[in-house]
Amino acid sequence: MGVLHLKINGDDLEVAAPGHWTLLEVLRYRLGLTGSKQGCDKGDCGACTVLLDGKPVLACLTLAATVQGRHVTTIEGLLPAHVAAGGKGADPVQDAFDRCGALQCGFCQSGMMLSARALLNRNPQPSDAEIKDALSGNLCRCTGYTQILQAVELAICEAAGRTPTPRSWERASCADSGAASASDSGERSA
Amino acid sequence: MKAFEFASPVTLDQALAELPNDVAKRDSVKLFAGGQDLLTEMKEHLVEPTKLVNLKRVPGLDRIELAPDGTLVIGCLATLGALAEHAETKNFFTCVAEAARSVGSAQIRSQGTVGGNLNQRPRCWYYRNEHAPCLKKGGTECFAYSGLNKYNAILGGGPSYIVHPSDLATALVALDAQVTLRSAKGERTMALEKFYSLPSEGDVTRETVLEPAEILTHVRVPAKSGWQSTYLKFKERGSYDFALAAVAVAVKSDGAPRTIRDARLVLGGVAPKPWNVPKAAAALVGVALGSAEGAASSKRAGELAVVGAEPLAHNAYKVPLVQGLIVKAIEALAAR
Repeated sequence: MGVLHLKINGDDLEVAAPGHWTLLEVLRYRLGLTGSKQGCDKGDCGACTVLLDGKPVLACLTLAATVQGRHVTTIEGLLPAHVAAGGKGADPVQDAFDRCGALQCGFCQSGMMLSARALLNRNPQPSDAEIKDALSGNLCRCTGYTQILQAVELAICEAAGRTPTPRSWERASCADSGAASASDSGERSA
Repeated sequence: MKAFEFASPVTLDQALAELPNDVAKRDSVKLFAGGQDLLTEMKEHLVEPTKLVNLKRVPGLDRIELAPDGTLVIGCLATLGALAEHAETKNFFTCVAEAARSVGSAQIRSQGTVGGNLNQRPRCWYYRNEHAPCLKKGGTECFAYSGLNKYNAILGGGPSYIVHPSDLATALVALDAQVTLRSAKGERTMALEKFYSLPSEGDVTRETVLEPAEILTHVRVPAKSGWQSTYLKFKERGSYDFALAAVAVAVKSDGAPRTIRDARLVLGGVAPKPWNVPKAAAALVGVALGSAEGAASSKRAGELAVVGAEPLAHNAYKVPLVQGLIVKAIEALAAR
């Protein structure tokens, strides 16, 4: 057992933990920051992704002792950082994930959003290929990734003051749904 | 993961003093760099060291720099991400930057190091299964030989049929890289190609000739004026993965149309070490890049590259795969 001096989400913390613990273990089982998920726990799934000095890393393959003096950002730190920077409410990436329904079970979501945040901090206007590449270390077994990519695209567009281009099926379905809802209400009133 | 002592020396000499000379104790004290392979091995109980020697506090080992003579000098603690983004590496040692970029995910490249990548252990699923006492773990049998061997070696195998998983090693061998190995007794330098050993050549439980009390401190890639190179990797899925097969091709060309004067061709993902095929590379020399004759020579190089291949029950697909990669890699160089 030793004392670690950690900077987590802007806080300077002293934590007593066994010397061989990973950052993920310290976050979850000492600090109660359970937003970082313990999935495979061996570097395959990306659910434990946190930012270390702004870069995405796997907390399960990071020894806590090696991050002393460096800045760790977990999912719990995104909203406060956004507010401290003058923003309102959740980080735009969190907000976009929420609005796009970019989750089902939610287990991959913290890691996904942190990978997306790291990408957008580095490159505010990434291409679709760059988004896919940046998120390729985060596995999702529910969504099929479509809504996740849409959420990142929405966050990018809103930051740039643009409206996301509707997909071909969205354009069609918007027109259809307008007509359908009119006839639906007509049927119901009849 | 079992508890261990964590030593953080601040000089290379202090780090070397922590390492055991005794081969029998080599797995009880392990060097720690990025930890992206070692920690997975420890979590799966393949190694259970009592002490880790952290190299991260030794200053200067993470540098990547171009020496005055044009040699690229890469410190063992340089991350794969830093190497992939390093401007001179991208410009003058292209296949090395491409290979570094092809490793794992962004998360793994943020922490994974050059030294760790070159020294990583095999991915064979029998080796990675703690309950399979295979040859690589000191057992008596390579289970891949008669088992599920889709991902195993077609060249250079026996008695173990692992493939070396490093992308970077394949690219670095193509550019004639040298490695510096430091011990308390001094320093030795050797071609990276010689750093790797076949299972039939030495200790079947190791992939390299690194001694227990040695540290691979630097990789040096000689300047290659007039050369172009590329690394092409084929994975089973579009997301991050190890190579089913890969090729690194480097050519020196001049004139118009550009005629190949010298060439290197190294295969990855098919053998227990980076598989250098100089006879296949020689088939590329003297022909113009992008010509009909060039296309024929690429095919000829592909035939020569797999001479001696002995596919196992489930991996014969690697023969045409690696031949196709050779053709595509040379086409890519012709298009630059």
